[in-house]
Amino acid sequence: MIYNPLRDPRDRRIPRLAGPCVLVLFGVTGDLATKKLLPAIYDLANRGLLPPGFSLVGFARRHWADQDFARLTHDAVKAHARTPFREEVWNQLAEGIRFVRGEFSDDEAFDNLAATLKQLDAERGTGGNYAFYLSVPPDAFPIVVQQLKRAGLSTPPESAGGQQSWRRVVIEKPFGHDLASARELNAMLDAVFPPYAVFRIDHYLGKETVQNLLAMRFANTLFEPIWNRRYVDHVQITMAEDIGIGGRAGYYDGIGAARDVIQNHLLQLLALTAMEEPLSFAAESLRAEKEKVLAAVQIPDDLAIGTARGQYGAGWQGGIEVRGFLQEEGIPSDSLTETYAAIRLTVDNRRWAGVPFYLRTGKRLPTRMTEIAVLFQRAPHLPFAKTDTAELGHNAVVIRIQPDEGITVRFGSKVPGSAMEVRDVNMDFAYGESFTESSPEAYERLLLDVLIGDPPLFPRQEEVELSWKILDPIEDYWASRGRPEQYPAGTSGPVSADRMLEIDGRAWRRL
Amino acid sequence: MLTDLTDTTTSDIRAALTRLRDQSGGPAIGVVLNLIIMTDESGQHDAVRAASQAGREHPCRVLTVIAREAQAPSRLDAEIRTGDGIPGQTVLLRLYGPMSEHADSVVMPLLVPDTPIVTWWHGLLPAVPSSQPLGVLAQRRVTDAARARAPAQALIKLAAGYKPGDTDLSWTRATPWRSLLAATLDQLNREILGGVVSAEEQNPTADLLAAWLGTRLGVPFVRETSGGPGITEVRLTTEDGDVTISRPDGRVATLSRPGQPERHVALQRREIADLLAEELRRLDPDEIYGEALEAVAGVQELAH
Repeated sequence: MIYNPLRDPRDRRIPRLAGPCVLVLFGVTGDLATKKLLPAIYDLANRGLLPPGFSLVGFARRHWADQDFARLTHDAVKAHARTPFREEVWNQLAEGIRFVRGEFSDDEAFDNLAATLKQLDAERGTGGNYAFYLSVPPDAFPIVVQQLKRAGLSTPPESAGGQQSWRRVVIEKPFGHDLASARELNAMLDAVFPPYAVFRIDHYLGKETVQNLLAMRFANTLFEPIWNRRYVDHVQITMAEDIGIGGRAGYYDGIGAARDVIQNHLLQLLALTAMEEPLSFAAESLRAEKEKVLAAVQIPDDLAIGTARGQYGAGWQGGIEVRGFLQEEGIPSDSLTETYAAIRLTVDNRRWAGVPFYLRTGKRLPTRMTEIAVLFQRAPHLPFAKTDTAELGHNAVVIRIQPDEGITVRFGSKVPGSAMEVRDVNMDFAYGESFTESSPEAYERLLLDVLIGDPPLFPRQEEVELSWKILDPIEDYWASRGRPEQYPAGTSGPVSADRMLEIDGRAWRRL
Repeated sequence: MLTDLTDTTTSDIRAALTRLRDQSGGPAIGVVLNLIIMTDESGQHDAVRAASQAGREHPCRVLTVIAREAQAPSRLDAEIRTGDGIPGQTVLLRLYGPMSEHADSVVMPLLVPDTPIVTWWHGLLPAVPSSQPLGVLAQRRVTDAARARAPAQALIKLAAGYKPGDTDLSWTRATPWRSLLAATLDQLNREILGGVVSAEEQNPTADLLAAWLGTRLGVPFVRETSGGPGITEVRLTTEDGDVTISRPDGRVATLSRPGQPERHVALQRREIADLLAEELRRLDPDEIYGEALEAVAGVQELAH
């Protein structure tokens, strides 16, 4: 980077801004594009974080002209953007919107794409910097990536004196469905893009609360001294959804809850909760610490009692009668795919030896919520009569990730009155109240990081592989065990999941 | 909800605030700062509106101090506003008579403990913000030279009395320009030989921007007068020709560089609520502002 006298680390009003570039979006009509990506791009523009001349190219099969894609973007922005709609911001964005029509197998379409990008460089000064966002099913990755290579879009031309331009590719989960396929996917990407140009999006890592977990742990003295096996009894990491599989049958069948959620989101949350302090928040240091934790994760010796899985049956969820998983459209009636998965993991290092980490995720549970709950041991001695503390549970620090982002601390307090009676109370820090409103959406942050080329919040291939190494033996075991247990929709999961904790003398937190 | 307390005391106001909080049912409200607004009856409406908009990002207890008839006997009237979708609480304090000379004694008991304090002079410009009773208390002291009758002189005065923690909204207004200029220089591998900042005549933001560019780049920047609105153009001179960012309409800027296509970017003038929200984001001293302010004063004293 050129030395820039206008930048000064003390000057913190000036935001990080991406350099001139084009974002190429594959899969423009998908839900993710219309609900998250396109609105996020507008919000970034509205916050003044996109460079002058920023351009957006959509690629899809439809018979569309530029203005049709612009209209789709406009509608998506109006419906889902978080910041107010401003005509002048939109006009600037709209000027740089292009659409390229074609099939992924169509060489000509990709040649058109290359020509369009070249033209944008000439007209809008985007400098040959392109980010390719693959919001398409994973089976389309190889062909798109190969086409980018064939059309000469995957590697920037040698710089001629000026600044070196860049090419980046962004992919969404799933990163394979087991270790072998993850390696295959990576080998395919690796043949075209260098590792530093591949950005794997796990949108959980773009959430404010998740980043705040790092601030909470490493900026304070209050939590870190007790963040270990001497004080922590166990950790529960939950991602519960109240919805069913909806229209995702094609993707979901054969994948299931563990591959869909535990492999990426929950293991990333575990890594951030359990990792040692990184040397700095630079990508290298952060990823090194996460990898150490993931490598130290052990699965239970007896998978029969240390894991649980289930399929939702018909039932009532939130006052509405809903179908069971096997009755969902597009799901074969003999599907073995789990919609609920729970596993008990341990982290074999000095800090965490013997402390279980319980991970669970499921669909059609009573509520939608994601949280990390660190539950502490009971006080070794209570100088009260037994009845005084009958209602006292574990002290807890709960990091609520969604909805209602924030942190809860639970501790015992005296109930007002003449008797000494101690009961659990909560102390709440809610982002909804304390900062927020304009706190950026996860995708805004992640898109900006891609355009700037800042990778700390993106998992690296090693982390993906380590996660599959944890999950593969469990998936193999489940595959040998026939049908998952049924649980009625709207309840908090299969009985075996409750038993998994009962054996350890513990219980899940209420959903 | 509105609660009016006429001829009241600070302890009654405190009791009312506690009662309102209990009634609303939300126990610990996430108030992240105390915002004291010094204003008068004519400015209070806009100031409070801006504060409540900024309050969505930074929920605060807003204490608005309005000085009323100095000749009247001492009296305190209070108006408490809560709810209406606005986080935090807003208290309007009307001080009559000699009491208005002792606003700090009214404000101090009403501050939320353990929470930073920002004082904002809306309209009235104190000569030395940090020497004011309600400036001493605050981590950040926000003024607005653009509202002064003679903005250029106001900047010189502010420079003379500058203490770390002072800041001015005319500097806040420069942020979008400064980020665009910094981003432009990220891409520009050329030495800047000098430049021009054009704006309407009375524009302290342009003065600060020119001073900042001059000190950072170590070359003279000329301040030229244009018809406005606000800042209309910044020109950077390089060996290959001029790099310009021009914004004739106050909304959309055009970036031109020799040998490159023109690029457009939205660069709108911001509402006061947005400025205030930016101010409240950082509560540590803004040293860069201090340097730019010092440079402005240096340049202008030479000119006078």
